[in-house]
Amino acid sequence: MNLFILASLIEPSIGLIFWTSITFILLLVILGKFAWKPILNAIKTREKSIEDALASAENALKDMRELKANNEKSLNEARTAREALMKEAREMKESIIAEAKVKAQADAERILSSAREQINAEKNAAVAELKNQVASLSIEIAEKILRSELSSDEKQKALVNNLMKDVTLN
Amino acid sequence: MTSKINIFKKIWSVPFLVFSLFLATSTHISASEPNEEQILVPEADGVHAVDPHAKNADEEVDITAVAFEHILDSHSWHFWGEGHDAVSAPLPVILKGKNGIAFFMSSEFHHDNQGKVVVEKNGERFVNFEEKIYYASETPNEHGQYLNLTVVDKEVSVSNEAPLDFSITKNVTQLLLTAILLIWLFTSIAKAYQSHGVTSAPKGKQSFFEPLIVFVRDDIAKGNIGEKSEKFVPYLLTVFFLILVNNFLGLIPISANLTGNIAFTLVLSVFTLIIVNINGNKNYWSHIFLPHAPKAIWPILIPIEIVGILTKPFALMIRLFANITAGHIIVISLVGLIFVFKTIFISPVSVAFALFIDVLECLVAFLQAYIFTMLTALFIGSAVADHNEDGAHTTDDDKVIAGH
Repeated sequence: MNLFILASLIEPSIGLIFWTSITFILLLVILGKFAWKPILNAIKTREKSIEDALASAENALKDMRELKANNEKSLNEARTAREALMKEAREMKESIIAEAKVKAQADAERILSSAREQINAEKNAAVAELKNQVASLSIEIAEKILRSELSSDEKQKALVNNLMKDVTLN
Repeated sequence: MTSKINIFKKIWSVPFLVFSLFLATSTHISASEPNEEQILVPEADGVHAVDPHAKNADEEVDITAVAFEHILDSHSWHFWGEGHDAVSAPLPVILKGKNGIAFFMSSEFHHDNQGKVVVEKNGERFVNFEEKIYYASETPNEHGQYLNLTVVDKEVSVSNEAPLDFSITKNVTQLLLTAILLIWLFTSIAKAYQSHGVTSAPKGKQSFFEPLIVFVRDDIAKGNIGEKSEKFVPYLLTVFFLILVNNFLGLIPISANLTGNIAFTLVLSVFTLIIVNINGNKNYWSHIFLPHAPKAIWPILIPIEIVGILTKPFALMIRLFANITAGHIIVISLVGLIFVFKTIFISPVSVAFALFIDVLECLVAFLQAYIFTMLTALFIGSAVADHNEDGAHTTDDDKVIAGH
């Protein structure tokens, strides 16, 4: 192998340097403007949209979980509230019943006592009337008896004797 | 049954194709024996161009010359055949001579590259010797060459002056075609993004090239440069795809060996050199001119650092050139075994090994494009990185180191 050909292997030729430089600069400018810029932008936009979609899915999942937790929480709250309400209602019911009972008892007592008083009063009145009637009746009887007893002298004497006897007995 | 035969044919067509491809290359080499375009064979008694009419069965085929013919640039795009039967595409020759610019087609040399055909333009006379254009001598030498050749110890040297050669050579043609191909390819891909919308899945070319683009952007650019990588991505992509496409094209027998040409790799490394040093920040320059070392050794360190600015792109230039050229020489040498041993029976060995090397070359084609781009990104990264004041590595550097 002669060095002549070998030299042309490692000796850069001016023409190729010239054309490569020009072509490369043009290629860089044209591709940079019309190919790399739109392609890289498109890839970036897509990556961003995928990222956003993933993030929003993640967010949606998180939101859903939160919502579920909230639901659970409010359900629990509702349950406790219902229980409390029911308990309160029960207590109220019991207290109302108890109160009613007490009141009823008091009423009954009151009615009973007033009835008793009335009965007493009626009874007393009846007794008084009875007494009056008995008294007037006995007076009448006594009058009649007296009249009959005192119709003769003997009978008057006998009565006085009788009465006298009682007096001495006393 | 017919389908079976078809499959059989398909399976066999692959090695047959490869074999016929090598046969094509082989006939090309063997045909070079009896013609007047014979490569110059230096002999002890002087330069001796083989006489095409003197048939010599024992004549050795100069495999080295054939190999270099495939590797080096030329003024016409040679397809097959030799001498006057050669089928080649003429390419424009553009010369900056003493009398201005001379422009003519390479066909005016009539396939001559031994300095025997003189082309006269602008009152100047040119000859083509081993694909280099010289001013022709007034009179031919004893071999009919219009050149002033001297041979010392089998080494040929030409004392003729040469004009500045700005010809559209085979390599330039391939470069221009590749540039057009890349522009068409990537602008059409860019259009696909615009027409199909950004959020839809990529299709066709788009889906093939998108992972490569993303690979360059994320693994090469972002991995080596860091946060400031975005503005360098277009440069890295252009370098990567230009080298990749030409590496693969170079594997096709009749194509030009552009990435194995030192002028091409030189230009790319010079661009890298410029980009690295234009973007070098305060830390980069202080690392070179104010190294973190005792002042006593600065006189040694600073020159080393300055030389280092140049050795990095120089290594890039040599690495790509040498890898691609070496691969091509191996393939041609393996095929050349047939002509060295002068038997067809060596061809299975040649073909098997050449096929293996070709497959390896496909890997190398990708690998070298990757390495060139990756190292460019690494150099840019070292120029734009924010080092701490005490010279300690930042966490990014540690990550890179840990990553390797």
